[in-house]
Amino acid sequence: MYKYDNYDQAMVDARVAEFRDQVKRRLAGEMTEDQFKPLRLMNGLYLQLHAYMLRVAIPYGTLDSRQMRMLAHIARKYDRDYGHFTTRQNIQYNWIKLEECGDLLEELASVEMHAIQTSGNCIRNISSDQYAGAAADEVTDPRPWAELLRQWSTFHPEFSYLPRKFKIAVIASPEDRAAMRLHDIGLELVKKDGELGARVFVGGGMGRTPMIAPEINSFVKADDLLSYIEACLRVYNRYGRRDNIYKARIKILVHEIGADAYRAQVEEEFAHVKALGIDPPLAELERIAVFFDLPEPIQSEVRHSREGGDPSPDHSIDAIVQEIDSRLRGGDDWGAFETWVKQNVKPHKAPGYAIVNISLKPIGGIPGDASSSQMEVMADLAEKYGFDELRVTHAQNIVLPHVAKRDLYTVWQALSEAGLANANLDLISDIIACPGLDYCSLANARSIPVAQKISKRFGNLDRQRDLGELKLKISGCINACGHHHAGHIGILGVDRKGVENYQLTFGGSGAQDVSIGKIIGPGFDEDGVVDAVEKATEVYTRLREGEERFIDTYRRVGLEPFKEAIYG
Amino acid sequence: MVEPAQGGAWPRYRDDEVAEQPSVTLDAFLDQSNAGAVRLEPDDDARRLIPHLGRLSLIEIAFPKYRDGRGYSSARILREAGYIGELRAQGDVLVDQIAFMRRCGFDSFAPEGSLNPEAVERALAVYPHAYQGAADGAQAIWKLRHG
Amino acid sequence: MKLLTGNDLATGAVTWWTGSGWSLHVEDALDVGEAGEAILHAEEGARRVNAPYIIDALPTPEGPRPAHIKDRVRALGPTVRPDLTLKPADPAAGDWVI
Repeated sequence: MYKYDNYDQAMVDARVAEFRDQVKRRLAGEMTEDQFKPLRLMNGLYLQLHAYMLRVAIPYGTLDSRQMRMLAHIARKYDRDYGHFTTRQNIQYNWIKLEECGDLLEELASVEMHAIQTSGNCIRNISSDQYAGAAADEVTDPRPWAELLRQWSTFHPEFSYLPRKFKIAVIASPEDRAAMRLHDIGLELVKKDGELGARVFVGGGMGRTPMIAPEINSFVKADDLLSYIEACLRVYNRYGRRDNIYKARIKILVHEIGADAYRAQVEEEFAHVKALGIDPPLAELERIAVFFDLPEPIQSEVRHSREGGDPSPDHSIDAIVQEIDSRLRGGDDWGAFETWVKQNVKPHKAPGYAIVNISLKPIGGIPGDASSSQMEVMADLAEKYGFDELRVTHAQNIVLPHVAKRDLYTVWQALSEAGLANANLDLISDIIACPGLDYCSLANARSIPVAQKISKRFGNLDRQRDLGELKLKISGCINACGHHHAGHIGILGVDRKGVENYQLTFGGSGAQDVSIGKIIGPGFDEDGVVDAVEKATEVYTRLREGEERFIDTYRRVGLEPFKEAIYG
Repeated sequence: MVEPAQGGAWPRYRDDEVAEQPSVTLDAFLDQSNAGAVRLEPDDDARRLIPHLGRLSLIEIAFPKYRDGRGYSSARILREAGYIGELRAQGDVLVDQIAFMRRCGFDSFAPEGSLNPEAVERALAVYPHAYQGAADGAQAIWKLRHG
Repeated sequence: MKLLTGNDLATGAVTWWTGSGWSLHVEDALDVGEAGEAILHAEEGARRVNAPYIIDALPTPEGPRPAHIKDRVRALGPTVRPDLTLKPADPAAGDWVI
């Protein structure tokens, strides 16, 4: 993974000193809260319901064991011994003291981490595919491109006071694991005539007006990318709405003027910007890409299998299960292990390896939360068995992207002991939930208790696995941090005359079959919404055909049978 | 033209004389061609000035609220088009935004409130490098890396 | 009744105006009546509180109870982590919020 050089380190160190000074001036009364707020936000520091909250950037969700241990250390020393992994592949701490922020950031900087641009009306952390580098279906590793964009967007002088926040995702696989088209800019790396470039989608997003980003350009070459994105941003900075905070995202601009008019403006701007020489040479992308090379043993395996050494490696999960040491089969825990492999382990591009998903969604737990000791367990496993790499997923889970198949059982055992072997990836209890009214000052209703009740209701793993892939996502307010619009089943918490109320949406997806869910009818109280979800799953099991997932059945039969069962 | 409060000096990074003539609005400038100073509001299209840059010695860009970042793009557009006269940020101009403004091509500042000159110098010295090219001539880090 | 609440500037902790200072406990909060705005400005100016605001509350035998659930969550702590609330020993404390 990427390592800072002296330039990168100097920039982050400078940021620590600058923010330390800003905090000092705020504490000394040289700045009002109104003046300080955008500065602290640009460094990921919020004032939430109970305290200050700090969001730490994990660029494109990739980190090593040393960094994960630092996150654990921060949790223990500056917070209350836990952290919350977010849908932007970051981590946030809920109980931070303003007066300790400078020291905290200095410790983070010592492991090449920071909180730069994790909030504010600027370009946020670039997100990416959690299986990058390991996925069999990728055309290239998208992270070097994401790192190029990270550097370009860091302290961008023109785009730090945009109309609203700005989120970019980069993927390089036909399967979209990063909700790419629900971003302000989504990039899908593709190959054309042997050359790599980016499909550019602009104007997607969730929030109160969810939109799927239209394609603005079908192929932007690598050495035009920064100019092109700069042009996209400049058009937005100049013409994005600033009269109404709810209409200020780029999706509204693209929607109001139309994708064609927006594209025409970008092309005109690009023709001009391209001449300025802001694009680094391809050598810079290559310099970055070297850091993301697969570890040597994996690389040689990939080479070997490409050169026909292993003519058609079977990447299926059944094959993985078959290959696991037969001595384990007689053991008492084989069944649990096998289930976990089938549910949480994914095929790797190298035949001897697998991708391990660590679910942070225990039954009845808080989605995305991890204690500092759990973080340390994950760090240790990454160091011992995973070539020192971890990923954070937008579904608030953790990934060990490169685990040798022969180590899967050992890894599973260690995860089990730490309460981290929940075999529920992509099942109904693998819920995305925002912090909701338990933590967030914007929330209208609590999200976490709803997630807990649903996961308990469907606690039986056999039942969950029978229901199959079912993405359930909960937001505690219309800002949609819990991605409810993209849930096969979405839940939106609202405030109805001071009482929490929950609306249900069906039919959303953040994957390559991207769609926005629709509200099915009047809302429910907390228990009512859990009952309604259960009724919906009953309708699905009654009507499903063949291998249909919940969303496939819903798309085929429509809302009526579900409505009848829930409201009838 | 607005004057600095109580004899204070505005931060200015030019050696030439301060333009004495009052700046006019963009519409007035485009109507009446002999003004040498113009003032752009956030929603004015800076590109409309491009044919006339040669005879302008001062362009003031207004920041009614510091959170409104349109002026940063206006500044870069003017510098990219070759404008070499004074480019002044006027209005809600605060010390923590000055470094970005300098990078976008502003070379003088007319804040509504007061600016502590030492704090301004400190703010301008915070970052040793820049990750991206802009209008200030700083070499982007990738350029330093690749020589 | 009206209460004045905010956060401690340095630590971020939720605080309540007691008439003479700031307390972590809503039980100590005092009805500020019509005086809220004036106290708010004075205290914020002196940086003894950050982001203060005035809320409605109901007097109860156990002390003031904020009218809105959001302020009750603030007063107690997250309902999903009783161990991190101001009443970690009282498992039923969350009922007061809802």
